[in-house]
Amino acid sequence: MIDVRILDLSSIRDSLKKGDFTSKELVESYIERIEGSSKLNTYNTTTFEQALDRAAISDGKIKKDETGPLEGIPIGIKDLFCTHGVKTTASSKILENFIPPYESTVTENLFKSGMIMLGKLSNDEFAMGSSNETSANGAVVNPWRSRNSEKELVPGGSSGGSSAAVAASLCPLATATDTGGSIRQPAAFTGTVGLKPTYGRCSRWGIVAFASSLDQAGPITKTVRDSALALQVMAGYDNKDSTSANIEVENFENYMNSNLNSMSIGIPKEFEELDLSPDIRKNWEEAIQWYKESGVNIKSINLPHCKYALPAYYIIAPAEASSNLARYDGVKYGKRVLGEDLDSLYKRTRGEGFGDEVKRRILMGTYVLSAGYYDAYYLKAQKVRRLIHEDFTEAFKTVDAILTPTTPTTAFGIGENISDPLKMYSNDILTVPVNLAGLPAISIPSGLDSSGLPMGIQLITNHFDEKSLFKLGKLIEESRVNIEMPTDWWIKK
Amino acid sequence: MSENNNRNPRFVIESQTGDWEVVIGLEIHAQITSNSKLFSGSSASYGGEPMSHVSLVDAAMPGMLPVINKQCVRQAIKTGLGLKAEINNYSVFDRKNYFYPDLPQGYQISQFKYPIVGEGIVKVTLKDGSDIYVRIERLHLEQDAGKSFHDIDPQSSYIDLNRSGIALMEIVTKPDLRSADEAKLFVTKLRTILRYLETCDGNMEEGSLRADINVSVRKPGDELGTRCEIKNVNSIKFIGMAIDYESRRQIDEIESGNEIIQETRLFDVSTGKTRPMRNKEEAHDYRYFPDPDLLPLNLDQGFIDEILIELPELPDDKKDRLMDQYKLNSYDADILVSDRKFAEYFEVVAKGRDPKLSVNWISGELFSALNRLSLDIDQSPISADNLGELIDLITDGTLSGRLAKDVFEIMLETQKSAKIIVNEQGMSQITDESSIEKLVDKIINENAEKVAQVKEKPKMVGWFVGQVIKESKGKANPSKVNELVLKKIGL
Repeated sequence: MIDVRILDLSSIRDSLKKGDFTSKELVESYIERIEGSSKLNTYNTTTFEQALDRAAISDGKIKKDETGPLEGIPIGIKDLFCTHGVKTTASSKILENFIPPYESTVTENLFKSGMIMLGKLSNDEFAMGSSNETSANGAVVNPWRSRNSEKELVPGGSSGGSSAAVAASLCPLATATDTGGSIRQPAAFTGTVGLKPTYGRCSRWGIVAFASSLDQAGPITKTVRDSALALQVMAGYDNKDSTSANIEVENFENYMNSNLNSMSIGIPKEFEELDLSPDIRKNWEEAIQWYKESGVNIKSINLPHCKYALPAYYIIAPAEASSNLARYDGVKYGKRVLGEDLDSLYKRTRGEGFGDEVKRRILMGTYVLSAGYYDAYYLKAQKVRRLIHEDFTEAFKTVDAILTPTTPTTAFGIGENISDPLKMYSNDILTVPVNLAGLPAISIPSGLDSSGLPMGIQLITNHFDEKSLFKLGKLIEESRVNIEMPTDWWIKK
Repeated sequence: MSENNNRNPRFVIESQTGDWEVVIGLEIHAQITSNSKLFSGSSASYGGEPMSHVSLVDAAMPGMLPVINKQCVRQAIKTGLGLKAEINNYSVFDRKNYFYPDLPQGYQISQFKYPIVGEGIVKVTLKDGSDIYVRIERLHLEQDAGKSFHDIDPQSSYIDLNRSGIALMEIVTKPDLRSADEAKLFVTKLRTILRYLETCDGNMEEGSLRADINVSVRKPGDELGTRCEIKNVNSIKFIGMAIDYESRRQIDEIESGNEIIQETRLFDVSTGKTRPMRNKEEAHDYRYFPDPDLLPLNLDQGFIDEILIELPELPDDKKDRLMDQYKLNSYDADILVSDRKFAEYFEVVAKGRDPKLSVNWISGELFSALNRLSLDIDQSPISADNLGELIDLITDGTLSGRLAKDVFEIMLETQKSAKIIVNEQGMSQITDESSIEKLVDKIINENAEKVAQVKEKPKMVGWFVGQVIKESKGKANPSKVNELVLKKIGL
């Protein structure tokens, strides 16, 4: 068996090309590791047989040198991406037996590049949550634990299955989606790299919708280089998505070794005033120092309306969700609980099919769109959104990127925040403004806190300027303390 | 025109408390003529096996996204231009949220705050020949729902999504109509315009054109009364019946001391009455908001201008031109412009021929024949050129009016040209005097008694003429016969 713990996407790519191991050996090694890691509860569904068949095909192609850019490399897919012939549940009971007869554009792009799906990764139900505790399949466990503690921690959410799987080396790359921080926050909690691309960069076609104006697919990987490789394949214009951007996808890997001289980074004053854990604040200051030392110009900037981002987000996202989730009604597909009439069919199906957090958001969204409340909530939130957008536009006139922590704290315990939605929602305070403005941002592991848990730093750039994220992100990896892998405490021997 | 409170309304209903004025506004749902649906590539054609025109988008599968069909946008703009309306360069698609099994997404994509077409106007000619102008408030694009069937099985309902997602234009008028007749004439005119534009086929029996009718009543000069909305009426006749019933009902309510409750009603075809919809069916808060899956529609002026250039001659302009160019009266012109194909047919027939004679043949013989055979004019067995040739034969005296009708019937059956029929069957009129003279002599010689009588009663000359024509098997020119009979008998 290959020790997949020491591998990442780009090293696998090179090893397969050189013939160090075959795709089949690689897939078998991941399967063995996944089977030993059931404790983490990362995969909702596995597709091992199919993966082994695909690996054999890839090995044939590698021999004939007819490979796609990521040929023969295993991948985990967030269970929000529809996969042809493979159960896609959004971690919800209401879709517990749903098998799509179609393939999402992003997964299709990945499979065309030669990647092999190991299975579908857990997430918060319909991507609603920041801890992966709202999944109908139960909580996902973070492979990281505090030093000298056996307390189980959340992997963040909603892409907690994806972040935990990559952190635990249960796949070298996982797809994820980010509506208010659902890629970056779990990446920060698990010591992985999470990229939320510009809105419109990756097609939303075939991804179960949460909040359409905010949802964006992206990769969770071990390194910044891997993130660039993955985006390269995932991104691209899709005429089936009206919000997809017809913008060239550059060769992102080319920007990995750029000179940072003459670049500038903004530090938003308003974020300094937030309630951040002391370790995270210190880590942020260190990161600023690393950039200063490499010749980057550091500027203080203002994002005056970002303090309203969280309330605006928790109006807009539930509003869209309340409408997007109306299609799960027990009539066409998915769960159906019969009743004596149509109304009771609706009530029972949706009552039994949706979990509490999803119901809470549907209720909030329905409320803010209702006659008499629309102007005060939804319309006002849209105005705030525009102002936040303008704040960033103004900022990017003077800086190339903005640097902030990804989260106010490191990973918290399973069950700790689940009964306090406001506390849970405040996890997104640093990530949500980015979604409201449609900007790209990346979370990169930047150190360990005093209890040994990973911290993440967030870089934000202007629309479609992902290349600067990669350029600047590399420095964090080079400057931070060495982050060891989590110990394999969960592995069944 | 305005919503003026005219003390002398165009139409009143007389009742026990005096005259009442009816105020009517319409919301017309017109299905757009296009190959595919508004936001998906599936076929938009009528009929088909249930569920055979349904894409993943139409069935609202998870993760499916709408993409606007440019052709439908074109059609909406074209219609707007045809209604002399302003085209909005900026419009937005909104979601109208409600649950129903034949609405797979749980919302209908429509346009609420920013419709694609703004205010326009439609001229309607009333039966007395006067014109009214009905203002259009707006036209917007929206999706149709699927169809529910509750009568197939006692235990279950069935859904067909073939219609789900088909493009509709909702055309909303101001409350400018004042009677059932006006409303019927308006819908007829609107349908004609849509058919000229080829943006909606107007087939009401297939549901391509349906009306929601807003009706209120008031005393002449008063402010607008409380209105009721009658949903989804699908024939022009029913529109008239629904308005007549509903206005009478409202007057009776008010005259019995009750108030009109603003509500949604249904027209029951079997009873000819309207009844309130169940509360459940109407108590909706639709929670409109902009559809985040679709960008606002920003129209390029060049795109609009391109469509403007392609606009066909519309009924009003065509009528003016026909009256001017062919010196037709308003009545005849109205008949011809009521269908673009009638006017086209007419203009072929009337080329170099007597326009009045042409109209008479088209609106008389041809229409009654087509009606009898249940054929459209473009399926006519007699082409416009052939009808023209027949008219030529009348004009040059080859055929009498009566003979021409016989030839017409043979043309209908055989689809041969008039000349061929006349030659084959020797049907041409006898006009030369010597031939007619022989026939006249024969009848006079055979009827000596009658000749004596006719000299007493000159009115009997018609009998001789009739006999001569009969003898000629209808071919003798009647005026020539008449002339010769008079001469021979010596009257």
